[in-house]
Amino acid sequence: MAERRLPASRRGPLVVAGRELGSRLVVGTGGIPSLDVLDQVLEASGAALATVALRRVDPTSRGSILDVLGRRQVAVLPNTAGCFTAAEAVLTSKLAREAFGTDWVKLEVIGDERTLLPDVAELLDAAEQLCDDGFVVLPYTSDDPVAARRLEQVGCAAVMPLGAPIGSGLGIRNPHNIALIAETCSVPVIVDAGIGTPSDATVALELGCDGVMVATAITRARRPVQMAAAFRHAVEAGALAKEAGRIPKRFYAQASSPAEGAAELDVSPD
Amino acid sequence: MIDVTVNGNQEHLSATTTVADVVVRFCPSPDGVAVARNGDVVPKSAWPSTAVRSGDRLEIVTAAAGG
Repeated sequence: MAERRLPASRRGPLVVAGRELGSRLVVGTGGIPSLDVLDQVLEASGAALATVALRRVDPTSRGSILDVLGRRQVAVLPNTAGCFTAAEAVLTSKLAREAFGTDWVKLEVIGDERTLLPDVAELLDAAEQLCDDGFVVLPYTSDDPVAARRLEQVGCAAVMPLGAPIGSGLGIRNPHNIALIAETCSVPVIVDAGIGTPSDATVALELGCDGVMVATAITRARRPVQMAAAFRHAVEAGALAKEAGRIPKRFYAQASSPAEGAAELDVSPD
Repeated sequence: MIDVTVNGNQEHLSATTTVADVVVRFCPSPDGVAVARNGDVVPKSAWPSTAVRSGDRLEIVTAAAGG
C-alpha cells in the first residue's frame, strides 16, 4: 500500500545570505540548564542555526557549547548581547569572527537595561559598519517597519524584529507591524524575542515571517526537549497555514452546513 | 615583570610574555577563543608575535550560552 504523504510547505527552505537553512526555527542557547539538555534540544528542534554569546573564558569550565553545536551540525550564530553602543557591538562581532571563524552575527545593541529594547540609532550605525566590513548581519530590532527597511538598505542579510521584550514571553504584541515588516522587507524576517509558547511562533509564520528565533521559551520551559519539539511543529504549522491561505474574519456567523435541503421538522412544543 | 589586566584581574607576568603565552595560561584550549588588547582584536596568527606590555588590558573571550 502506498504511503499517504502529507503536504509539505512549498515555500522551500529559509535562505539567509545565500545559505539554505534546514529549518525556520533558530534556537537561542541562553538559559539552557546543561550541555546535555542543549544537545537534546537541538535534536528535537531540528534547528540549523543557534546563537551563542561571547564571554570571558572560564579556566575551570569543562566541555564547550561549540562542541555540542558541531556534533549536531548546527551553525553558530554569535550574538552581541550586552552591548550598549555601536562601538562595543562592532568589537564584539570582530572578536566572534576571530573566535568562531564565522562572519555571521546576530547584532544586538541594547538601549535600556530594564526592557532590553534595541537602540535603533546605534544598531543602524553598527549594522552599516559591519556590512561594509563583509559581515552577514542579522539585527535584533524593534517592531518598526521603517527601521527594518533602513537595516535592509544598509545591507543586513535578514531582520529580526522583536515580538515583545527579551525573555518576557508576551508573544507578538504588534502583529500588524510584524505583518508590515514581513510584507515590505525583501530579506528574510525572523521574529526574535518575546515568543512565549509555540502558538506565538505559529502566528509569526502566519503573519508572513520567514522564521522564528526562540531561546527562553524553550530553555526555561519545564521540559525543554519536549518544548523544542513543540516549536518545531509550530513553525511548520505556521508555514503551511500561511501558504494554505486563511479564511477572512467575519463579524457575524456564516453557517458551514448548507441551509438548502434541511428537513421541515414540525415539532411543536409540548 | 609587568602588570597587566587579564579579564578584569591584575596579573604579574614576565616582561617577555606574548599574547599566545597568556592564552595558554588562562584557557583550557585556544579553540573558539579570541583576544582583545586595549580594545583591538589581536588575530590568532599574531598571538605569538604580539608582546604584552605593562598596563595592557587583555580580554580573552569564548562562546557561552546566550540569547
